[in-house]
Amino acid sequence: MTTPSAEGPGPEPAPPDAGPDTATATSTDAGAGAGADPDGGEAAEEHRPAPAGTTANLVVALVITAVGVAGAAGSWSLGLGSAAAPSAGTWPFLTSIAITCLGVALGALARRTDDAEALSPATWRIAAGVATMVGFVALISVIGFEIPSLLLALVWLRFLGRESWRLSIATSFGIVAAFYAIFVGALAIPIPHLL
Amino acid sequence: MESLTPMIDGFGVVLEPANLLYCLIGVVIGMLVGVLPGLGPAATIAILLPLTFSIEPVTAIIMLAGIFYGAQYGGTITSVLLRLPGEASSVVTVFDGHAMARQGRAGTALGIAAIGSFIGGTVSIVALSILAPVVAGFALDFGPPEYTALALLGILLVATVSNGGRVKAVVAACIGLLLATVGQDTFTGAERFTFGSMSLADGIDFVPVAMGVFGLGEILYNLEERAKGATAPSRVANVWPSRGDLRQSAGAIGRGSVLGFLLGILPGGGATLSSLAAYGLEKRRSKTPERFGHGAIEGVAAPETANNAASTSSFIPLLTLGIPANATMAIIFGALLIQGVTPGPQLVAEEPELFWGVVNSMYIGNILLLIMSIPLVGLFVKILRVRGTILAPITVLITLVGVYTVRNSVFDIALVIVFGLVGYLMKKYGFEPGPLVLAFVLGSLLETSLRRSLLVFDGDPTGFLTRPISGTLLVVLAVVILLPLARHLLRARRGAPDRQHEDAGT
Repeated sequence: MTTPSAEGPGPEPAPPDAGPDTATATSTDAGAGAGADPDGGEAAEEHRPAPAGTTANLVVALVITAVGVAGAAGSWSLGLGSAAAPSAGTWPFLTSIAITCLGVALGALARRTDDAEALSPATWRIAAGVATMVGFVALISVIGFEIPSLLLALVWLRFLGRESWRLSIATSFGIVAAFYAIFVGALAIPIPHLL
Repeated sequence: MESLTPMIDGFGVVLEPANLLYCLIGVVIGMLVGVLPGLGPAATIAILLPLTFSIEPVTAIIMLAGIFYGAQYGGTITSVLLRLPGEASSVVTVFDGHAMARQGRAGTALGIAAIGSFIGGTVSIVALSILAPVVAGFALDFGPPEYTALALLGILLVATVSNGGRVKAVVAACIGLLLATVGQDTFTGAERFTFGSMSLADGIDFVPVAMGVFGLGEILYNLEERAKGATAPSRVANVWPSRGDLRQSAGAIGRGSVLGFLLGILPGGGATLSSLAAYGLEKRRSKTPERFGHGAIEGVAAPETANNAASTSSFIPLLTLGIPANATMAIIFGALLIQGVTPGPQLVAEEPELFWGVVNSMYIGNILLLIMSIPLVGLFVKILRVRGTILAPITVLITLVGVYTVRNSVFDIALVIVFGLVGYLMKKYGFEPGPLVLAFVLGSLLETSLRRSLLVFDGDPTGFLTRPISGTLLVVLAVVILLPLARHLLRARRGAPDRQHEDAGT
């Protein structure tokens, strides 16, 4: 939604009433725009990891199918009911079956799928980012939100954002102070805190 | 329609200082969000959800709406100056807007976009004021079967029109529906998919889902360094378009307003689609289509007008039928539900001050945005220099602390992280998160109306087809499903040369 690709493979929906022409017109334009603009240095370059391979697509399809099957099994145990007397499991069963079928369809299309991205070296950054959040939620009930917030901000600024130490430390303290003032001071929200 | 009093009273609501203030806050945030690449309006509205629970429903929705249409104005600035659309709906503006900027006419491009947006928005508000009560009156007779059909159609349309693969979008929608069933079943009281957890017994709350999938998911996705930082020019001159520019774009603005309004009403339509369609229309109508892509002012005026008109008119299905037309509307729908307001046909009659307050606030919001976009544009250009790396930890912490404040629950923080990861993985593997959230929001409405209808029909599903409105809606639904399939088969038969296009286009 926010990293829309002007020229990437990002498929744009074809406007229904403008005819098939529009879609091609816009995509050609995107191409022409890029071509006419060789010194795109000033512009931000879109930088997408390579598309995922067939194996990855198959794994995705498998996960979806598994979710569907698990959902169907769970709904089964809730009781399926009947059309005249729907039970608790009826509706989840229907959706789970739909998920299962679509998962199988995705598996069949795996070779032709090109809208998934491969894991890239940058993916470790995601893991690190998630780890800081997991740490945050694990620690907040024990030692309050200040230290976890400080650490999270520091990691994001210094290591994920590659800002200087000086700026990272100053900004982290600033953020925590501001949060304390707003959430604990002004709004008096009962969030666990140290001080 | 016979009485204009509620509409006029609506202005009274807007002019209350608190509402004016939140309208201003909303459009400023929206403008900022549009300018800063990184978070879209859906993500921002999701992240700010906790803030709205402590204020009045009218005020809250006025602010959220302001963020939504404000972002359409802001997104233009980055498209024109940096060739970097801040919003998906400004992607087409890039072609001619940036070409104009390279010819030294950045100011003119921004000026015409702001004027077009203002006109498109205003035309759309007027049409909304006239049309919405009519639609709502028509929908008052809707029963469970109609709502079943409508919700299904809405979800499916959003799924099929969204970016990315159709199958994947429908998968996302189905998973949203499945997630919505977690918790106690309203009919039988049975616990569904709670895994014995007390925290899940009441179901999954909407806020962590929306904040996680949209907010955190998007932040994590951006962590992979997709967009390199770009440097903005420090000043922009000549924002007021000349008389000639205005004359040249008048037609484009007029057509863009109408087209945007119409496409915005459609479920799944909305700002992005209408900006593409308006651009295509202008290019096709033009006597000199070769100018497009090389700084044609109509190429900026038309999509910018249309995306604003569409973002306004996409409130119609939400406020009159209770069916959100796109992902952002789904979040506003969720916000209303949490406030204890159920959007639907009764809204205009039962909550006139909310309905007209929100609608009329858009006039004020658009005026504020026009002021911010033309004389104050330099200020927003400066904001472009704030680095995303500094904003990211702040947004993460606002999300984590914000979700806690809603129910004072640490479990919700864990939930938002889980859904953040889900949102990231979805984007990574080509699943649009929009349909998931939309389906999650509509899930219980859909299930309840389906089960009620089945009880009414005594288990006979043909009952849906015999009622005129639900029957028609289901026929439309069948067309939506079958048309792409048929086209697909047809093209497959025509041979492989089209293959690549088709893959990119569907």
